[in-house]
Amino acid sequence: MSPDTSILRVSNVTKTYHLGNALLEKFSKNPESNSALTALDGIDLQLRKGEILALVGESGSGKSTLAKILVGSVAASTGEIQYQGSPMPARRGKDVTRRIQMVFQDPYSSLNPRMSVGAVLSELLLLHKIVPRREVRAESIRLLNRVGMEEDALDAYPSQFSGGQRQRIAIARALAVRPDVLIADEPVSALDVSVQATILELFTTLRDELGLSILFVAHNLAVVQHLSQRVAVMYLGRIVEVADTAEIFSNPRHPYTRALIESIPRMTAEGANDGIVLEGEPPSPFNIPAGCRFNPRCSFAQVACTLTDPALMPVGPTHESACIRADELPIFSSIPIHQEEL
Amino acid sequence: MSTPTAILAGFQAKRRATRSRTLKPWYKNGSLVAGMIIVGALVLMAILAPIIAPYDPIQQNLTNTLQAPSTSHLLGTDKYGRDVLSRLIWGARVNLRIGFLAVLIPFVFGSILGGLAGYFGGWLDAIVMRVVDVFFAFPFYVMVIVLVFILGSGEASIYLAIAAVSWVSYAKIVRGEVIVAKKQDYVVGARLGGMSHGRVLVRHIGPNVLSQAIIYGMSDIVMDIMAVVTLGYLGLGIAPPTAEWGSMILDGQEFITTLWQQATIPGLIVVVTSLGVSFLGDGLSDLLSPDRRK
Amino acid sequence: MTESPLLSVTDLVLGVKRSKGSTVIVDGVSFDVATGNRFGIVGESGSGKSMSLRAIANLLPAGVNVMSGSIKYNGEELVGMNRVKRRRLMGPEIAMIFQEPMTALNPVMRVGDQIAEGPRRYLGLSRKAAMELAVSMMARTGIPDPAKRALAYPHQLSGGLRQRIMIAMAISCRPKLILCDEPTTALDVTVQHQVLRLLEELCDDFGASLVFVTHDLAVVNQTCRDLAVMYAGRMVETGAVKDVFRDPRHPYTKGLLDSAPDFDQPGRALVPIPGFPPNLAHRENACSFAPRCPFVQERCLEGAPVLERVEDGRESACFFSDEIFKKVRV
Repeated sequence: MSPDTSILRVSNVTKTYHLGNALLEKFSKNPESNSALTALDGIDLQLRKGEILALVGESGSGKSTLAKILVGSVAASTGEIQYQGSPMPARRGKDVTRRIQMVFQDPYSSLNPRMSVGAVLSELLLLHKIVPRREVRAESIRLLNRVGMEEDALDAYPSQFSGGQRQRIAIARALAVRPDVLIADEPVSALDVSVQATILELFTTLRDELGLSILFVAHNLAVVQHLSQRVAVMYLGRIVEVADTAEIFSNPRHPYTRALIESIPRMTAEGANDGIVLEGEPPSPFNIPAGCRFNPRCSFAQVACTLTDPALMPVGPTHESACIRADELPIFSSIPIHQEEL
Repeated sequence: MSTPTAILAGFQAKRRATRSRTLKPWYKNGSLVAGMIIVGALVLMAILAPIIAPYDPIQQNLTNTLQAPSTSHLLGTDKYGRDVLSRLIWGARVNLRIGFLAVLIPFVFGSILGGLAGYFGGWLDAIVMRVVDVFFAFPFYVMVIVLVFILGSGEASIYLAIAAVSWVSYAKIVRGEVIVAKKQDYVVGARLGGMSHGRVLVRHIGPNVLSQAIIYGMSDIVMDIMAVVTLGYLGLGIAPPTAEWGSMILDGQEFITTLWQQATIPGLIVVVTSLGVSFLGDGLSDLLSPDRRK
Repeated sequence: MTESPLLSVTDLVLGVKRSKGSTVIVDGVSFDVATGNRFGIVGESGSGKSMSLRAIANLLPAGVNVMSGSIKYNGEELVGMNRVKRRRLMGPEIAMIFQEPMTALNPVMRVGDQIAEGPRRYLGLSRKAAMELAVSMMARTGIPDPAKRALAYPHQLSGGLRQRIMIAMAISCRPKLILCDEPTTALDVTVQHQVLRLLEELCDDFGASLVFVTHDLAVVNQTCRDLAVMYAGRMVETGAVKDVFRDPRHPYTKGLLDSAPDFDQPGRALVPIPGFPPNLAHRENACSFAPRCPFVQERCLEGAPVLERVEDGRESACFFSDEIFKKVRV
């Protein structure tokens, strides 16, 4: 992979939170007592220009933490983020911040209840001198139209809109500063099904027409499959598998990805999942298992898996997996689409 | 048969009209209107005091003391022969002025300090909150009375004493609200928009947190008016002979069995004032809550 | 003679009292749940699905009232039933599982004691026996190390475990009817899968019936046999899940299915439903879905369609169901 295709490159990023009272801990009788939470443990990831990359994983996998580090609202403990080939400074200036914008999960808390839509947009347009003052209104209307809203929304307040409309407004706000990268943190999971589709469609349009690169954090794999070009799977602060969307869903090379796919509730009787596919719940990030972090729940685990902590390794031309048995896994057969086609 | 699009056109026009749900107009807010009428009347009375008061409130007339209510003196005269009604009307000037002005300084000072402490946290927050705790440990009246006693009576020292004591409430309220607000996504979003901390705090967080402080401020006005009256009653407030409700109650008290109006009417007007301001505060809190659509 | 169903809801109308009249939020909902059946109610926010469920459990929020209709459990009318008598049904007969277990569990009580409370009261078990039952119920719901976990407080457990505690609590008195209000919405896919399997198994083992409210079509498909689709407080389609999903008979159901991503059809474009749900305070005498319906006709604006049989075991509330879906009614 030539490095110039990636707009964002994350190298070995870690994030550790120290909880509890540091002073107390010094005098604590048990020096082993662990109050350090490892949210991210060596993340390597690239977001390519003009792609929608999905980041999936269970809650506590660290996907939201990574999103926050990418937009700069949380600082990484170690590691580096490169934006278009050059490292991001620890303290981002106004102009660097502008490049990477975020769309939040909850459209009810992501808009200021006391600012009209027009005020929100014009403030950003003026602050960054995106357009001359006299064109601010026209540009605001253009932004609203771009997300499928009408001019009459300008003077309205967030409480006058439905969840889906609010999410559109939130996207318009993110677009106002003309970013290159959009980080979307579960942007449709708070919305009704019939509205979800319009927002997903909007993301595709934005990528196609504005050339935006989008990191789409999600837990709904059916949504991810419909929207993204590539998928990165996170488990307990690590990326355990990355591949093109079609590839990862037809030929998952990590047992955790397989478990995730087999847990997806299906829409047809033929596709319905039966049987428990994954026992237990993710271990606490305070206490990550030795060896492969997935081994206690993995049905393919061997003794070797408790001894080595596998790194992400290429298993195909566009496919990486962090499993020492990636090549030995049985053929994956939970793909009813192939059965239908046959 | 018309097309679905044509059929829906009429429907959608109607929908657009109803989309922006209407807010309850302020005049349908019972307590707000009641508060505005009561407080408005009292303020008007204070402003128009020179015109509507029948006599000079401090002009003594020692030949005409302790009169019962009559057509020339509607509420009678006090022990120096001053017209009680006139003193009541003029008293509104002093009491309302102090009540309203005394909240301003602590409101501004406390809100700023609480806002900064809540937003930036860390050592600033620790220091501010410890100071707040110390002030909170003393009862309001005890502190005000002690401070006025030290500073000497007079309007200026009342302002100073009240400000010194009551800023802590605003600091506490605003700090709590800011801590909640700063975790909201819209604040993170504003920061990602490249805005400075100051701008985020003033323009984005400010309007969302101040309403609580304003609502508290209304109840604080009541408390301040009571404090002035109490100080006057204790002989610590505004120096005589200025007309002031607290000192009127004190003066009237010794004749309570014969001329009951002299202490009771000023007392009643204090109650009415407090009620009016409380109504206003109630109404405002309804009006200022961000999601007031019905 | 057919046996009467375990739960029979007939023409249920729920309303919110306003200063001028009242707003109807659930309008004429009827369905039967036979013993052992798993019945799904699907709808988007504001469709009235949760309120209908809460009406059965007598857990309507303040201000929402049953205005008319009947809810019969085992032949007994629940609407207007003596309060004490009705409360006695909750637990040993009817149990409810909520979306957010954190708010439904008592934060200052050990989870074991919370589970044991029902059996002690309703089954007359001793403290010790009830606790043993609680631990065995926790084991039954797949909680590892149940004896130790029984001593924990809700906040010490993960979301998945708390949901299992709720389920253990619900089944501890062996109820015949379990009401579920989006029980897996807050959970991760893997845990959701476990919980759904668990509910299914428990219903089969105990012979309990399930009423399952959700917005997630795929979850209904995984869990339920029959379903009702609700829109704007009314039922618009009913039938067996597999029939309705394969061959919807109401434009809204079709819209919902077309707008939801289907994992088994990755290439299919998602078609959103345009517009918004109606404001229930200004209900018109028209089909509620008409303003968003691609097949709308004049007649749809002139009166509200009611549920009609379109096929054996299937109903749809659409005037043009047969024309739109090209069916001949037999």
